[in-house]
Formats: sequence, structure tokens, C-alpha cells
Amino acid sequence: MALADARTGSGEPPKVSLLYNPALRSIVYQVVTLVVIVAVVWYAWNNVVQNLARANMTAGFGFLNSRAGFDLAQSLIDYSSDSTYFRALQVGLINTLVVAAAGVITATIVGLLVGIGRLSHNWLIARLCTVYVEIFRNIPPLLVIFFWYLGVLALLPSIRSIFQHLEENPDAVFFISNRGIYMPAPVFGEGFGAVVIAFAIGIVAAIAFTVWANARQRATGLRPPVLWVNLGLIVLLPFLVFLVMGSPMTLDYAVPGSFNMRGGMVIGPEFLALYLALSLYTASFIAEIVRAGIRGVSKGQTEASYALGLRPGQATRLVVLPQALRIIIPPLTSQYLNLIKNSSLAVAVGYADLVAVGGTILNQSGKSIEIISIWMLIYVSISLITSLFMNWFNAKMALVER
Amino acid sequence: MAESITYVRDRFIEAEKPPTSDSSALAWIRHNLFASATDGAMTIIAILAIVWYLPAAINWLFISAVWTGADRTVCLTTEQGGQLPAGWSGACWAYVNDRFVQFMFGSYPRGELWRPLLVVAMFVGLLIPFLIPKVPRKGLNALLLLVVFPIVSFFLLLGGTFGLRHVETSLWGGLMVTLIISFVGIVVSLPAGILLALGRRSQMPILKTVCIAFIELIRGVPLITVLFMASVLLPLFLEPGNNIDKFLRALIGVSIFASAYMAEVIRGGLQAIPKGQYEAADALGLNYFHKMTFVVLPQAIKLVIPGIVNTFIGMFKDTSLVTIISMYDLLGIVKASFGDSGWITPVTPLTGLIFAGFVFWIFCFGMSRYSAFVERRLDTGHKR
Repeated sequence: MALADARTGSGEPPKVSLLYNPALRSIVYQVVTLVVIVAVVWYAWNNVVQNLARANMTAGFGFLNSRAGFDLAQSLIDYSSDSTYFRALQVGLINTLVVAAAGVITATIVGLLVGIGRLSHNWLIARLCTVYVEIFRNIPPLLVIFFWYLGVLALLPSIRSIFQHLEENPDAVFFISNRGIYMPAPVFGEGFGAVVIAFAIGIVAAIAFTVWANARQRATGLRPPVLWVNLGLIVLLPFLVFLVMGSPMTLDYAVPGSFNMRGGMVIGPEFLALYLALSLYTASFIAEIVRAGIRGVSKGQTEASYALGLRPGQATRLVVLPQALRIIIPPLTSQYLNLIKNSSLAVAVGYADLVAVGGTILNQSGKSIEIISIWMLIYVSISLITSLFMNWFNAKMALVER
Repeated sequence: MAESITYVRDRFIEAEKPPTSDSSALAWIRHNLFASATDGAMTIIAILAIVWYLPAAINWLFISAVWTGADRTVCLTTEQGGQLPAGWSGACWAYVNDRFVQFMFGSYPRGELWRPLLVVAMFVGLLIPFLIPKVPRKGLNALLLLVVFPIVSFFLLLGGTFGLRHVETSLWGGLMVTLIISFVGIVVSLPAGILLALGRRSQMPILKTVCIAFIELIRGVPLITVLFMASVLLPLFLEPGNNIDKFLRALIGVSIFASAYMAEVIRGGLQAIPKGQYEAADALGLNYFHKMTFVVLPQAIKLVIPGIVNTFIGMFKDTSLVTIISMYDLLGIVKASFGDSGWITPVTPLTGLIFAGFVFWIFCFGMSRYSAFVERRLDTGHKR
């Protein structure tokens, strides 16, 4: 007690002015914040109501059921100009997901190769990869999209020269033109379901075989031929079933129509420009992340695996990359999120993604608040789902420590 | 124990050859280009690709390119109505040359161009000493660059006061707009980002929730939607009959977006400061404001300077998105000029995009080099 007495002069806690009470201050700050936010929201809401009234408009999501009235060039589900706005937004969302998924896969592969290439002992390959990374990292993605769309794809042969080419070579089935890439489309006949089932069975069997092979390797040290068996299960099995069922698939060829090609499958220049730009732009960032990840694994690990007799390829694949992955995954996640968000640049070339479709609806109906909330809701959900998945993956890959 | 194998060497292994100290060019090539069969194959493919594409690219960009001329006919072949031989293809630099002032300043009145030029001169004059570590008086320099310079530039560019002619923002364009938007984004996002990061790490639940919600919402959506929000919703949120400037709306959108990203970068720095620093500041009796400004933030910001510069680079590239809400930044004005009847040729888009890409590249590459330089300078005593 003597100490306490010396400090405060008595047993009582020191008298502090209420002004300096941390708890009270915190409450005051928060109340002020809350009041300011409520005031701003109230002010904005009031203005929105007045502005809408002046423009004779109503708020609400009822407009989603009215007729869209515009056509979309790219659609994977049934859609016509008689469909509803809601249907149009669904088409847009699917298109966004398609280009984002394709971009993520390509960017990862290219980024991984370039990142490893930058660390290659081969001087020329390392320099080329550096040049690639430094060029693409430092120009805006929108410019890359325009570059592909206006600078490269627009200069491809016109549809008329494709018609000419077809007259000379009637057997041609694959065309590249400035309206897109044309190729035969598969038409699935009766009994194709069996092939799909065989494919699914093949995948499940391959996973089971890998698990068994790993267990056997741990027990005996012998590695069964996993790659060949799995390849047989996944590729050969469905193919055999396909033959047994009597090849239930025909090809629908693209043929010249009056102004354009009819039938077949077409990948439009809008999709190609967006897909190439997003993949190549993001790949340059992923390459840097991969490089940093590999450099983050200490050199002793590589040397230890050489000492164990692993070949350089094996050392990279089995020792260095799994450890590098722990460093790579978190920044990789944010690159994936960036790619998904950058896919909204589709609006600049007219690929019918969520933002492009939403923008058209916004211009037609003037429902700006509703459309922008739908955008934000969907993008935030996609971002959240992606980061949840990547966090799960990260936790699975993380070093298990005591 | 009978099954265990004992192994005793009965003779020495042969000595390895000493590593070669051959430093001839041939040895270098063997070691760096043809170390193994795969390596050699890749080198040959790479050399073939370079031999195939590089001369063609140089030819297209420089040798076949058209450098001077007044209109599109100088860049057209005879079939297309020009004078060049059939089958010609090359860059049309004459077009960039002709449109250069427009690419830099948009439709800013040509008689008033001295005003943006003066702003550029002030900017360069203040920025260069700010970037060179040896030049003294960094505080004064920062004050001039980040506070005085924006105010002076605002009056100088917009006019309407001090006897200067008023220049509508709709006339602004080109690289000038790109630079203004990114500079404003940088100046606003730094303090806003610091405040948001501190709010996110504070103990007060309401403040914390608000900051987290703002940061995560903005970071979860594409910049385009934020720009649409600023350009379409902002007028709805304000007093009826308001006519908020389009350029200002874009500035608000970009600033909001940049602040959320900056907040996360700065939060990274705050988290990296050991707890002892906070406790030591508390033990010295510093209040929250003093603790942050004198102890924590100087260390935290120093740690994340590379991250901050990366955010700047990202923002500089992202300004090109204002094209989509129909404003004319560098990329927007270059793209708009493709439709200009005076210069429609098959090579115009590619030439214009290469020019715009080169300008963007110079700025971004410069910033990333500077960031690497700062990183090396600040990286003291951690090298093994």
C-alpha cells in the first residue's frame, strides 16, 4: 500500500476530468460518427426521393420482369430480345464467369511458366521472360484489350475472304476471321449420357487409384505408374464407351450464310480480345509472385534434394514448388480477384458481361440505383466466394506447426 | 540384426575434376545457353523467334513507318487511295505527330496552353527535389507539392479568376487529364487511407465496422462500378437540380477507390510494427494522436513505401477506365481519334495504341524503378 500511497497520495483512485476518460471519449467519438453517417444517408435518401419524383420515376426491382428488347451477341443460355431484364442479367453473369474462369486458368499456367522461366539458368529465356513481365505489368489492361481488339483481331481476314477461301477449299472446317474463330460444333446424340457417366467414373477411379498408389509408395517405396493408369481411366475409358455406344455425336459445320457464317461454333473477337488481354496482363503479375515464392524457399532445400539424388525437375516439382506454394497462394488470391474485377472491362469492347448488360439496361430503364446495387452485390459475392475458397486452400497447404 | 546391411568402402572414389575456370565467351554460351539438351532446344526456339519477329517489328515501327504528312493519304497504299506501294504496312507516326498537342492537352484552348505547361513545369520543379534523397527541406517540399501546388494548379487550369479565361473541364483531355486524376487520387488517398487503416484497427466497434464495411465493399467491386456510381448516382444523392461537374465526379470515384486500397497497404505496415513500440509510446504518456504521428506511422509508412508506390502505379493505369464513362484521358482521346475522318487508315489504331502504351509504360516503369531504389535504400541491416 505504501507504493500506491506514494503514487496517488491516498488509497482513492486519482480524480480525472471526465474529458480524459477513455471509455467516455470512445463512446462520444462513436456516437458522433454514427450521427454523421445517419445524417449523410438521410440527406442522400431525401434527395433521391425528390430527384426520382421530379423525374417521374419509381424505385424498386419490379422492372426486372419487363421485356429487355435488346439482343446479345454472346449467350450460353436461351435468350432473345423478348426475354426479361432478369434473364439478360443472368446471361451477363454467366459470360462474366466464363471469361473470368478461362482467364484465371490461362493466366496461372502462363504466369507459372514465365515465373519459373525468369529464374532459369538459360540466359536468353530468363531475359525474354523479364521483357514480357516488364512490358505487360506497366501498361493499363484496357489498353491491352484495345490492342487485341482494334490492333490485331480487326486486321484478320474479312468474312468475304473466308467465303472465297471456302470456294477454293470446300473441305476447310476451321476459319479465323475478323468476326471470330469458326469451328465445328459438337451435336450430342442419343446415348451420349453414357460417355459422360464413364468420364465421371474414370475421374473417381483415378482419384481412388492415386490414393492407393500413395499409400503403397509409403509402405513399400515403390511408385506404381500413376500417370499412365490415370490417363487410361480418364481418357481411354470414356473413349471406349463412346465407340461402344456407336459414336453418338455429330459435328455441325460452319457454312456460309448470306452475310455471315451460319452454324458451327464461333468464338467472337470480343471474347478473344478480353480473354487474351486479361490472361496475359494478369500472367505478368502471377509470374512475379511465382518468382518471389520460389526465391523465398531457401537454397538448402534444393541442395538437400540434389543430395538425395533427385533430378532438377523432380526437385522443383516435389520439393521447391510445394513450399513455394505457401508463399504464393495469398498474393495469388488477390490477383485472381483482380482478374475477375478487370473482366468488367468487357464493356469497352462490347462483350456482354454483367457490367455491359447492366449498362444497357441502365440506359434503357434509368434504374441506376437498382442496377448499381445488383452489380455491387454480385461482385462482392464473387469476391467473397473466391477468397473463402482460396483461404481454405491456403489453410490446407499451410505448414502444420506445433 | 542379421538382416541389416553393413557397407564399408574398400577403395577411394576418384577425385572429381576441378570446376572449370574457363571464362571465355564459348564457355559462357555453353553454360548459360546450352547447359542441357532441353536448354539448347529452348535457346534455339527463342533465337528463331527473335530472328523472325524482331526485324519485322523494327521494320514496321521505324523503317517502313511514315514520319511526316498532313493527312491520311500519306499512310495509305495505292489500292486504298494513297501513294504507298501495294502491300505496305507500317506505323503511321505522321498521325501521332499531327495529333500530338491533342493527345497531351485535349481540346484545351490553344491560346491558353501556357497554363498547363506552367503547371507541368511547377510539378517537375517540385517533384524532382522531392524524389532525390540528398536534397534537404523535405517537409517544406512536401507541403509545397501536396498542398500549395494543387491549389495553385486548380486556379491556373480552371481559370475564371485573376483575369484568367475560364476553361471548362469538358475541354480538358489527354495526358493532362490522366496526370490530374492520378495526382488527385494520390493526394486524397494517402491521408484518407491512413485514417481508414487506423479506424479499422481501432478498439471502437462502430468506427471499426464502418471502416471495414467501406474498405471491403470498395475492394470487392470493379473500379468501373465505382465510377458509374460516382457519375450516375452522385447527382441523384445531391440536392435536386444540382449540376455537379463530370470531371469532379470522376475524381471522387477514383479517390474513393484508391483510398480503400491504400488503407489496406497501410494496415499491413501498422501490423508489422512490434507491439512494444505501441506500449513504449503509451509508457511515455503520449496520447493517441502523438503516439501515431511520432512513433507508429513514421515506421509503418517507411515499411510499406513499395506497396504505396505499387498502389500509385495501379491507380495511374486505372485512370484509363474513365474512358468508359466518356471522359477523354490519354487512352480515351487516342481511341476517339481513330474515328477522325482525317486519319482513318488500317494502321492508325495500332500506331495510336502503341504510342499510348509507350507513354503509360514510361510513367509506370519509372515509378517501379524508383520504388525499387527506395526499397534498396531503406533496406538497411536485414541482408544476410
